[in-house]
Amino acid sequence: MSTQPKYLKPLNIKTEKVEMTHGAGGLATAQLIDEVFAKHFTNDWLDEGHDGATLPALQSPVVVSCDAHVVSPLFFPGGDIGKLAIAGTVNDVAMCGARPLYIAACFILEEGFPLQALNTIVSSMAQTAKEANVAIVTGDTKVVEKGHGDGIYITTTGIGEKITPYAVSGKNARAGDAVIISGSMGDHGTTILSKRENMTFLTDLESDTAPLAQMIENVLKVVPDVHVLRDPTRGGLAATLNEIAHQSDVGILLEEDKIPVKNEVAAACEFLGLDPLFVANEGKVIVICEADKAQTVLEILRSHPYGKEASIIGTVTEENASTVQMRTLMGGLRSVDWLNGEQLPRIC
Amino acid sequence: MCLAVPAKILKVQAEDIALCDFNGVEKEVNVALIDNPTAGDWVIVHVGFALNRIDEKEAQTTLEMLSTLQTPNVA
Amino acid sequence: MQYVSEYRDQEKAQKICEAIRKEALPDRQYRFMEFCGGHTHVLSRWGLSQLLPANVRMIHGPGCPVCVLPIGRIEMAVELALKHHVILCTYADTLRIPAAKGQSLFNCRANGGDVRMVYSPMDAVTIAKDNPEKDVVFFAIGFETTTPPTAVAIKTAQKLGLKNFSALVSHVLTPAAMEHILKTAPVREAAPKLHGLVGPAHVSTVIGSKPYETFASDWAMPVVIAGFEPLDMLMAILMLIRQNNEGRHEVENEFIRAVTPDGNQVAIRLMDEVFERRESFEWRGLGAVPYSALKLKDDFAEFDAEKRFNLIEPHIEDNRACACGEILRGEKEPKDCKLFGKVCTPARPMGACMVSSEGACAAYWRYAPKNQ
Repeated sequence: MSTQPKYLKPLNIKTEKVEMTHGAGGLATAQLIDEVFAKHFTNDWLDEGHDGATLPALQSPVVVSCDAHVVSPLFFPGGDIGKLAIAGTVNDVAMCGARPLYIAACFILEEGFPLQALNTIVSSMAQTAKEANVAIVTGDTKVVEKGHGDGIYITTTGIGEKITPYAVSGKNARAGDAVIISGSMGDHGTTILSKRENMTFLTDLESDTAPLAQMIENVLKVVPDVHVLRDPTRGGLAATLNEIAHQSDVGILLEEDKIPVKNEVAAACEFLGLDPLFVANEGKVIVICEADKAQTVLEILRSHPYGKEASIIGTVTEENASTVQMRTLMGGLRSVDWLNGEQLPRIC
Repeated sequence: MCLAVPAKILKVQAEDIALCDFNGVEKEVNVALIDNPTAGDWVIVHVGFALNRIDEKEAQTTLEMLSTLQTPNVA
Repeated sequence: MQYVSEYRDQEKAQKICEAIRKEALPDRQYRFMEFCGGHTHVLSRWGLSQLLPANVRMIHGPGCPVCVLPIGRIEMAVELALKHHVILCTYADTLRIPAAKGQSLFNCRANGGDVRMVYSPMDAVTIAKDNPEKDVVFFAIGFETTTPPTAVAIKTAQKLGLKNFSALVSHVLTPAAMEHILKTAPVREAAPKLHGLVGPAHVSTVIGSKPYETFASDWAMPVVIAGFEPLDMLMAILMLIRQNNEGRHEVENEFIRAVTPDGNQVAIRLMDEVFERRESFEWRGLGAVPYSALKLKDDFAEFDAEKRFNLIEPHIEDNRACACGEILRGEKEPKDCKLFGKVCTPARPMGACMVSSEGACAAYWRYAPKNQ
């Protein structure tokens, strides 16, 4: 209430737009922070109104991860850039075998960006943070001239504490391990494509953007020594598994009929000439663990709302190190390549 | 060449445009190359165009052929 | 009926493979060329080649319009984007092909070129409508599947009275290319022979099955037109084996659900109305092939980007060590090329066969299982 006399009048979220003054560090910046960010992110640290946050000491090794978010379009079925930013960083921390606790968020806003949109995005971030049990403790805002940004860019840094004494790393896959995926492939990328200007198609598909920390914590509680946790984001399952195969110097053999793909994703990928294995996911985790623990991990994943379609999709092999191969539905073997760049649609 | 996929015409909308169903995904398709396109027709779609109809009876015959491996030497 | 999953049935696939293994005579070699790049992709993507016995080999043909597009045509597109400042609309397939100095349409954008990926030629017409103050050129590539859509786009532009739309026409013809392959096949005794052709699926829905009859009769070549699904391909291979065993050389149609003898007359009439054959066209890897490509008829001259912008196609040679020509004709395999995998990779393609994901070399690189 004491902030009220500072500002001449409250921001009209519905009609006003971001202006250069909002990034200048003066009164306008303070008002933007108070009436948009702090309104949604309120917690003890932010309410201090300080440049940084002093966090309590953690009991176990600290994990930190950061990410930049530039998705277009900003709003899509199943989420928006805000939800993506929080879920993405929550997941990155969790993939290290940790419980995410705190997030720092930076915003680069383009002059002219509607406050209404900003408000929705910030609210999304708050909701996702609440679900994931993380606090957004500090941040920064800058404004760039019109034409120099894509509306909004967000960078997030996440801090967490390890909840397993074992190392969880891409280097740990061992021959004989089981490869498990927590659900269907390609949902996010296909949803994004369906909203891009000249690719529009109608579908009920939604992005799978979701914070997975709780589900992963459930797994680590019972199986603390999983070898690898990683989320198949850009480049899809194929890129992520290739990375792991290289880092661990092992081969990976997949069974195509075990990989869950939604009908609509398969259909959209068919007519675009895309392979769902190379399409981005934002709410899935790959778990690589010893074979005799696979069934347990599977059941734990399946008992969580975000892991209902979890499936054991392959094994780690000693032969053919650094490659990923797949037995197709037809029974033949094919390589699952590590693409150089982005997968593009094809007509041929 | 030619990545083309089967789709079912749901509704012929404007001139030469039909809304088609691709196994759960709906998309508009140009049907200028199809004679008298009708809802319920199955077509093969390539670069946003329906290239030709898929004949259900012939498809059935094909499936039988793929089961029995008896080939009728059709040209 | 849904026309896709039924043709990917595992059990049926196994049955057909068993029949292939049983009926392929052990003392005989069977070399079949699948003309269409799409079929090459089907073989690789489903790992079908390994399900075949050792004496049945699939030779990958030149039916990949991106692979056989001469570098000079890409240069023309780059020139349109960078020198004439048009909005250059293209299918995604052509974006990464490197032109003369390694410049591709993709990295034109970094140099200020307005290159846009489209999914359909009608997207390009829409862009022209929405940007009346700019010239819009559609890079029209492809075999007879893609040609009728281009024709519709041109006629639509004409109907709308668009003054800023044109096409860089580089459409090519399947039967002409197939004939060229057979004509230029090595005639030495020791050279490997072709025992059959798998005809393209979707090209055939447009042109029909009749155009292939000349290969069966004049060249005594068994032909089976195959659908696009793995079961279709396996069945076509079985049918070719049977033709060989029974001493037949006919045109058989496995894709009866979408291919008729006369094809799609609406599409054929439209193509005839808008296009005519070029006397000669340079195919990458194959050299000059007569009457194998199309250009716009004079009635549609205003939509011809080559005339509008006075474009001349530069002749650019492939790397001397590149074996694409022989690979496209089925005389060599990707691994026989000195550059394959060392200098020439999908990230840095040197020749036609590596450029598109269904070129023989690219398909091999991407999908062939690594050494056991």
